[in-house]
Amino acid sequence: MERPFRTLILLAGVLLFYSAGTNSDYYVVGDKAEDFSLRNVDGRMVSLADYPDARGFIVVFTCNHCPYAQLYEQRIIDLHRRFNIRGFPVIAINPNDPSIVPDDSFDEMVVRAREKRYPFVYLYDSTQTVYPKFGANRTPHVFILDQRLVVRYIGAIDDNPETPGAVRNRYVENAVNALLRGERPDPDFTRAIGCTIKRKR
Amino acid sequence: MRNLYLISTLFFLATCMLRGQAFTVYDSFSELEDRIREVDHNTTLVINFWATWCGPCVEELPCFEELHRNYASADFQVLLVSLDFKSRLEQKFIPFLEKHQLKPEVVLLADQDADNWIPKIHPDWQGALPATVVLRGGQRALFPEKFEHYEDLEAFVLNFVKSVRKATNMGCKGTR
Repeated sequence: MERPFRTLILLAGVLLFYSAGTNSDYYVVGDKAEDFSLRNVDGRMVSLADYPDARGFIVVFTCNHCPYAQLYEQRIIDLHRRFNIRGFPVIAINPNDPSIVPDDSFDEMVVRAREKRYPFVYLYDSTQTVYPKFGANRTPHVFILDQRLVVRYIGAIDDNPETPGAVRNRYVENAVNALLRGERPDPDFTRAIGCTIKRKR
Repeated sequence: MRNLYLISTLFFLATCMLRGQAFTVYDSFSELEDRIREVDHNTTLVINFWATWCGPCVEELPCFEELHRNYASADFQVLLVSLDFKSRLEQKFIPFLEKHQLKPEVVLLADQDADNWIPKIHPDWQGALPATVVLRGGQRALFPEKFEHYEDLEAFVLNFVKSVRKATNMGCKGTR
């Protein structure tokens, strides 16, 4: 009597917890990322293989329109200025479909990158095939890769989107510094509020 | 007496009354936890995480209004938890509430340390907005995206309630 009852409870539990996806669908920390080729705001196609001297990459899925992406824009610029010279450039990718958010079209990306003088590449995932492989689900969403393109950190830039001065944990900065020291980032996974990625319908 | 004055002043500051539209600011997630804990075992609590700046969130708000209209009672509550910025309260949030006159309870959660509180809402939620969590009898279910139609929301909530009830009934039989 007890066993079928427990099985039922377990089944109900499994059914209740709607899962966002299974781990095998996209990268988790420790997985090797596939290189990609995406158009940059300057018109040329960019791959990670174009950076033979890089010691790793700060891949940031971000966009023009999202208020959280805007709050972090200056911090993303600062990350690139700080870490590009140490071998960790920022690779920004806009994953949104412009038919849903016109502000995130390629043309608008070009305008934004020029206005804000982005020092990093700002790539367009026009076919929306790169962000699902990473498992990006919001903007901004960061993936730090090492030299061998192994994913070493997934998550937020820091722990205070609204007030940069009140930040206590600079997750990305700490993670890159750890990698530069040859250590494992801790934490290597964080959550954050952000805008959903706008999928083509 | 002085304490009472202080408490009432704080309360007044925290709960802003706007022509029938009240909302509460929670600076710490623990306040939302307390609010969730208030709810008894036989009550269904539907929490929608949204923000005025989030397009899909604003689009699905009418679904939650309709759910509230159709089901709100002592044992069915709809709670709209906004993640609007406290610094833009006057410019954005209050005017939005004045314009839309939302009927369900509205809370502004200003706790910035999202990595700390997001997993306490649901282990599978990573923080993209909108997201909806339904709680009842110690169980919870997550829908981590926008509901396209009212019927989808209603079915999600009712199916969850049904499954929790079924599990609870089994528990009664099992202990007999």
